[in-house]
Amino acid sequence: MTQNILEIDDDSFEDKVLKSDKPVMVDFWAPWCGPCKAIAPTVEALEEEYGDKMTFVKVNVDENPIAPSKFGVQAIPTLIFFKNGEIADQITGMVAKEKLEETIKGIV
Amino acid sequence: MAKADYDLVIIGAGPAGLTAGIYAARARMNVLLLEKTVPGGQILVTDWIENYPGFPEGISGFDLAEKMKTQAVELGLKIETLEVHSLNLSEELKEIVLKDRSITTKSLIIASGASPRTLGIGEDKFIGKGVSFSATCDAPFFKEKTVVAIGGGDTAVQEAIYLTKFANKVYLVHRRDELRAAKILQERAFANDKIELVWDSIPTGIEGFFGVESVKIKNVKTNEEKILKADGCFIWVGILPNTSFLNDAVATDEFGFIRSDANMRTSVPGVYAAGDVRDTPLRQIATAVGDAAIAAISAEHYIENA
Repeated sequence: MTQNILEIDDDSFEDKVLKSDKPVMVDFWAPWCGPCKAIAPTVEALEEEYGDKMTFVKVNVDENPIAPSKFGVQAIPTLIFFKNGEIADQITGMVAKEKLEETIKGIV
Repeated sequence: MAKADYDLVIIGAGPAGLTAGIYAARARMNVLLLEKTVPGGQILVTDWIENYPGFPEGISGFDLAEKMKTQAVELGLKIETLEVHSLNLSEELKEIVLKDRSITTKSLIIASGASPRTLGIGEDKFIGKGVSFSATCDAPFFKEKTVVAIGGGDTAVQEAIYLTKFANKVYLVHRRDELRAAKILQERAFANDKIELVWDSIPTGIEGFFGVESVKIKNVKTNEEKILKADGCFIWVGILPNTSFLNDAVATDEFGFIRSDANMRTSVPGVYAAGDVRDTPLRQIATAVGDAAIAAISAEHYIENA
């Protein structure tokens, strides 16, 4: 499996997400979470398709407690879409790729 | 029979759908499996599986799903990530309506599974903010906290036990005065001093500002109401079938589960059901894969004799 999605941490969150010129999708995940691992290929496919209009990053909540707690993440997988440093949309749980595409198209 | 895009289309890639795919691929049928999210189904949110034979130490749900998928794909099964929007089953060739096109098939196996039932007490706005349906994924967010778990079946009890690895206290709220879960799980729950059983009680509301702060419960025998201070609420009160695309195309029971006979035949010839989506007395991986093997062979015979 290819790993094209940039892994960011609590320290780089502000720089890479909140100050980004492009909209950013943050995939909050953890190695203990089956659905998180299962949706990874879907997120990678979306990156390939929409990577020029949106940045895709992931945060391991096991190693980075600050960012998830700041945005109230208490369940994973959670995908939070940021635009101009603010939350534009948020999806918790496994959802259809079509739904994710709709959300992305509504933001970019 | 007229020409169709496929001999067999399978809807859903949980254990049932993947097993049907394995049998159909080995039968060299022209088969397509449609999955709207990712292969695995409900076992993806199952931490540890101890009742599926062949894994004496148990196996994680994710690993079992991966193994089933790998086995199916290596046999030549084609899986596409597509959501089924509706079905047209009035003609001999079955039509499956996707987002931007339709496909036709000679036979169909519906293995779309089921999803956790919700309570309808306003928990929607707390999903991901303290309300959860999966301890496997979300329990670590409740380290040293207090949580309420609702239900009394296998899933509820197993997940409540798992929650105690992280939470300091787990209230297990059940509407009756005994659990329905397997005895081995009950023994573990009763022996766990972090679990406090709250019998004869149902949840009536969830309160909180940003996230869950308390769960309101009512004793169904005394009507006494009580507030349990808690940071999270995990809900395991049964399941509902995933049949939003069905629109009465096949007959279902009063809860929406698809009616099917011993050969997995539904009310429409050439259409079969397997796994949690069908009306069955037991919903386990072991029963789902059995259903699916029968459904695939039934579909193969149907095409041969049509």
